[in-house]
Amino acid sequence: MTQVVRPRIASSRPSPGNNPGRNPGSDFGGITRQSSAASSGPPGQKATDFTAIQKSPEFTALRRRFRGFVFPMTALFFLWYLTYVLLAAFARDFMAHRLVGSVNVGLVLGLLQFASTLAITFAYVRYARRRLDPQVGAIRSEVGR
Amino acid sequence: MSATGSPVLNMTVFAGFVAITLFVVYRVSHRNTSTSDYYAAGSAFTGSQNGIAITGDYLSAASFLGIAGAIAVHGYDGFLYSIGFLVAWLVALLLVAELVRNTGRFTMGDVLAYRMRQRPVRAAAATSTLVISFFYMLAQMAGAGGLIALLLGVHGKGGQAIVICVVGLVMIFYVLVGGMKGTTWVQIIKATLLVLCVVLMTVFLLGKFGFSISALLDEAAANNENGRQLLEPGAQYTTTTSQLDFISLSLALILGAAGLPHVLMRFYTVPNARQARRSVVWAVGAMAVFYLATLVIGYGASALVGSERILASTGRENSAAPLLAFEIGGPLLLGIVAAVAFATILAVVAGLTITASASFAHDVYANIVRGGKAEPAAEVRVARLTAVVVGVLAMIGGVLANGQNVAFLVALAFAFAASANLSTLLYSLFWKRFNTTGTLWAMYGGLGSCLLLVFFSPVVSGAPTSIFSGIDFQLFPLTNPGLVSIPISFLAGFLGTVLSKEKADPAKQAEMEVRSLTGIGA
Repeated sequence: MTQVVRPRIASSRPSPGNNPGRNPGSDFGGITRQSSAASSGPPGQKATDFTAIQKSPEFTALRRRFRGFVFPMTALFFLWYLTYVLLAAFARDFMAHRLVGSVNVGLVLGLLQFASTLAITFAYVRYARRRLDPQVGAIRSEVGR
Repeated sequence: MSATGSPVLNMTVFAGFVAITLFVVYRVSHRNTSTSDYYAAGSAFTGSQNGIAITGDYLSAASFLGIAGAIAVHGYDGFLYSIGFLVAWLVALLLVAELVRNTGRFTMGDVLAYRMRQRPVRAAAATSTLVISFFYMLAQMAGAGGLIALLLGVHGKGGQAIVICVVGLVMIFYVLVGGMKGTTWVQIIKATLLVLCVVLMTVFLLGKFGFSISALLDEAAANNENGRQLLEPGAQYTTTTSQLDFISLSLALILGAAGLPHVLMRFYTVPNARQARRSVVWAVGAMAVFYLATLVIGYGASALVGSERILASTGRENSAAPLLAFEIGGPLLLGIVAAVAFATILAVVAGLTITASASFAHDVYANIVRGGKAEPAAEVRVARLTAVVVGVLAMIGGVLANGQNVAFLVALAFAFAASANLSTLLYSLFWKRFNTTGTLWAMYGGLGSCLLLVFFSPVVSGAPTSIFSGIDFQLFPLTNPGLVSIPISFLAGFLGTVLSKEKADPAKQAEMEVRSLTGIGA
């Protein structure tokens, strides 16, 4: 019932090389892609040219901003967690070194993992609110959604 | 010695919880006839509500009793688990939650099959969802037996079987009547009680030691048979194999959480990506508080109860938190902790059941069998039927596995999720060329290598703690397969994509990428 209506090319930007993909199902060896509810908008919705949006400078900027934050941040917390795990597994004496009273390096580093997790969470929320959400809003209003 | 306090009181508090939740479930569920109502609660929850519900879904009885007990007995090594469980949420926050919310509607299969061939990919996604949910559920239900012995004083296997079945029936009722909406409210109530409970215990404990962490640690070490080693990592990791095993487990923990199907499904209960983001923020906040509190509770149990008494009691490690509750708050607090622990099992199993039933009804029935043309009412009927079947299987599994050491199944479910689901989700969302062949290779490669490695690991044979301790066909030394199976899955996904002649559909890829980042069309 919810047929995917293939987009008209609404954008002035030509999108060379993408036209073969416009023919639904043809490139999958004759297996027609089911227009499951998941892969289509509500019925009667105006068609959207996703390829044109994907190539638009607004969208590429959004993608660059998004990936420019989440990829380095993921690498950062992953390496930091891995360092901690390796220290716990192989550097027991270092982790057991006492700092204040019975509080040792291991406990402090563990608590720092908590702190960094919360800090990255709030940094991302702040970044998304300032740099991602407005851009998403701009793209959505441009295509009339 | 009355380690269990008053079973009647424990039972009463738990019955109170069940009564309240049943009432709430009954009140919030109107008809639940549309698929969106049943699977995703009409996407009408707010980010904060969903965040608390995620907390409820994620914090299983193993997290509560298991981690507190591990810290009480093994000290710092238990704390290492908490950190993995918490840091894992950054993967969900940064790479998964919002994009999954924007691209899918009900199941993980929605996202994975978005730009791939529907049938094979949905079949793979459903297989992985069902396997992971079943393993996870078995661990929960098997733990219920020990809990019943500890908290209700029911020691006979027959009596425990009856209680397990009652728990299963209540759970099935939640899912059938409440759908996702009712289940979500059960999670919210449970998470609130759980977090409140541990925070109150923590504040009390800290007060008792004059708000000095150092004093608490000293007392904990003094009453533990490990002595000061309690405060240092690695008491359990002395050989190279055990160290590698620990690294393998840690990897599975932080990469697995964001691939757990029942966690992914929770993101569909909110209206948009921004609320999905808020969900994770709330969940991270609530869980940070919870895991910090379990650290204090664990050390507090060692300090006030002592490791000797904990290990001598019925539930061994798992009894640390209940014993501590009895020590500081008498039978009433023990009753509350017991009820919260039961509520935890109930709520987690309900979440798993609705996930498994949604995946079967939506991915297998509606999209594979009916080719995407199922009547919504028929789909919901299939989902309900599946929920009953899954629930009954959980009861049977729980009765059979009662008393078996199946705690490793939770860690295994994380390894499965990291090896089969996370790799395919990330490739699908971020790698243009990724195609159907790559998806299938990554999923089946990850799942298959996990199963194979576990089968030849000390978990199954060749060690005193194995399932078959008598025979020895062990080939792989680690109990957790993550260290090997996660790279295998990523590699298989890459090779499958590069080696197949099939081209990814650029129009579909454009649609998925734009939709995942902006929510246009979602």
